[in-house]
Amino acid sequence: GSSLEPQERSMEPPAVPEEEEPLTAASGPEGQQLFGYVGIEAVLDQMKIKTMKMGFEFNIMVVGQSGLGKSTMVNTLFKSKVSPKSSQPGQEERVPKTVQLQSVTHVIEEKGVKMKLTVTDTPGFGDQINNENCWDPIIKYINEQYERYLREEILITRKRKIPDTRVHGCVYFIPPTGHWLRPLDLEFMRRLSKIVNVVPVIAKADTLTLEERAEFKQRVRTGPRGARGCPMSPPAPLKPCAPQIQEDLRTHAISVYPQEDFDQDPDDRALNDRIREKIPFAVVGADQEHQLNGKRVLGRKTKWGVIEVENPAHCEFPLLRDLLIRSHLQDLKDITHNVHYESYRVRRLSESHRLALSPLNGLPPAPPAAPTAPPQRCPSPA
Amino acid sequence: QFSDSAGYVGFANLPNQVHRKSVKKGFEFTLMVVGESGLGKSTLINSLFLTDLYPERYIPGAAEKIERTVQIEASTVEIEERGVKLRLTVVDTPGYGDAINSQDCFKTIIQYIDNQFERYLHDESGLNRRHIIDNRVHCCFYFISPFGHGLKPLDVEFMKALHGKVNIVPVIAKADTLTLKERERLKRRVLDEISEHGIRIYQLPDADSDEDEEFKEQTRASIPFAVIGSNQLIEVKGKKIRGRLYPWGVVEVENPEHNDFLKLRTMLVTHMQDLQEVTQDLHYENFRSERLKRTGK
Repeated sequence: GSSLEPQERSMEPPAVPEEEEPLTAASGPEGQQLFGYVGIEAVLDQMKIKTMKMGFEFNIMVVGQSGLGKSTMVNTLFKSKVSPKSSQPGQEERVPKTVQLQSVTHVIEEKGVKMKLTVTDTPGFGDQINNENCWDPIIKYINEQYERYLREEILITRKRKIPDTRVHGCVYFIPPTGHWLRPLDLEFMRRLSKIVNVVPVIAKADTLTLEERAEFKQRVRTGPRGARGCPMSPPAPLKPCAPQIQEDLRTHAISVYPQEDFDQDPDDRALNDRIREKIPFAVVGADQEHQLNGKRVLGRKTKWGVIEVENPAHCEFPLLRDLLIRSHLQDLKDITHNVHYESYRVRRLSESHRLALSPLNGLPPAPPAAPTAPPQRCPSPA
Repeated sequence: QFSDSAGYVGFANLPNQVHRKSVKKGFEFTLMVVGESGLGKSTLINSLFLTDLYPERYIPGAAEKIERTVQIEASTVEIEERGVKLRLTVVDTPGYGDAINSQDCFKTIIQYIDNQFERYLHDESGLNRRHIIDNRVHCCFYFISPFGHGLKPLDVEFMKALHGKVNIVPVIAKADTLTLKERERLKRRVLDEISEHGIRIYQLPDADSDEDEEFKEQTRASIPFAVIGSNQLIEVKGKKIRGRLYPWGVVEVENPEHNDFLKLRTMLVTHMQDLQEVTQDLHYENFRSERLKRTGK
């Protein structure tokens, strides 16, 4: 049988072909004009389906003194009993003598998307009398995960999917003193923000009124004048002054997430500026539900009222959750991979002569350059 | 924005985050076309992507072809559709199969593919990984002539040499020279010979539970795709369509009853990501292991 048009066509005079039309309309800088529809969008659908099928890993670390509600916060974030609380009876939690790191992994699923969540807790941090260098075990842990990934990456026969244990975000809990950042806070954030995404939060913010919160944030952002940690004069009257806020953070070389340097385009910048204005978030954690006005709400019940965790008028927990999970989760991972991990890799490659890649590089090992500018963002090969 | 139904955390939104970033970043894809001259490769590529990649084509005469060796010509075009950007590079291989003695004609091609792997390996191993460009060949359309009785010796040799380096998608060109029966016979013949020689062509991944299982099966069953390309627009029943006008009728490019063009295009577009992944996870990793083993630690 013929595969051409049905027989009736042969009754009509053959169609006249059009003049061969130019198939490309004016080609703008963006590319050629299409005459019809190819269906490239389908690629995106494939990616989505694949992401959903594969599931993904997400690793966060919580740092702060004991009793600041870290575990409760994690449980509230992920709406499941991910972390065992130190306040529970039966948890033989004596304050460890040194900083211990404990990682717990859970697989949680939502609407067909699977997440392998690992939460690393740091009991003992800041709890000693002498807390000097208490950040060292944490820095060591973070670098160990980078090392692990690097070693997998340089193997001759690599895994198809390298397991990712790198810390994507480090939530740092600031006690709600209402005064200044303590030297420990400054020291920690300064060192860690160089190697990992640091998200500072004001913990147990329900002990602060709204005014006290605003004032505290202002101070956290601005920092005391003069010697670190020593206010030289009573705090200046509240006058939110954006350039100064950023400047003071920068003076201490503390670049918290979302870092300004990594905004990719004006849209990103606008979105992230709004977030940066509110950092650090004043959060309250709760894993108990209460009945309020006919609804079940997650919150803390006191004699003077119920503090609703998910109510933006009560605390900024929703902002933290949205940032970490709903909007910037992938970004946290991307920056970890493209910036922090790459910095680590460059340092290691520069140091070591014995890595398997050296014969291919043909590069003489360069002395590790002291980073004067923060690490730049680069597109991911993976 | 998100319904705070009890228990809803919100990470199910991750695919959308990835989606948004991908749209911003755009995609890169490199497609190689291999086949003897005159099999309609350029016309097909233009039809597939609705572009004119070869505006000023120069077709050499027979005398010139005698001396010709295989050239590698890469052209890049940026295609944007509904906000999604695709940077498509088509690698053409004029001269393939032209020479009287075609013994060495795929050496150049193998070398090109290896060079892209080598370059990527070098970039990936370097200190500055900021601007790695992926020029690796993600897919190779191999054009089989409809005039023979199956694969020619050159076809077999080529595919055996390349199946470990690139995803091969065999295509029967100029399918309008065959009736449906002849087409089916040729397809079966080609598939038998492919299996006989242990040639590994690109396999479509299994359908997901929510994808059209039947559609996937139909697509799979049509390989090798028998296609027709055309740069001409013809008016049929009041519509302008791409086709070839013969005295006995019009062959429509986008008519699934006439040829497998739509199937090929759909397959390509919906599997672009998979093609890239197989290139990365299989072909590139093989190259890399071999290369690193050779260098020795």
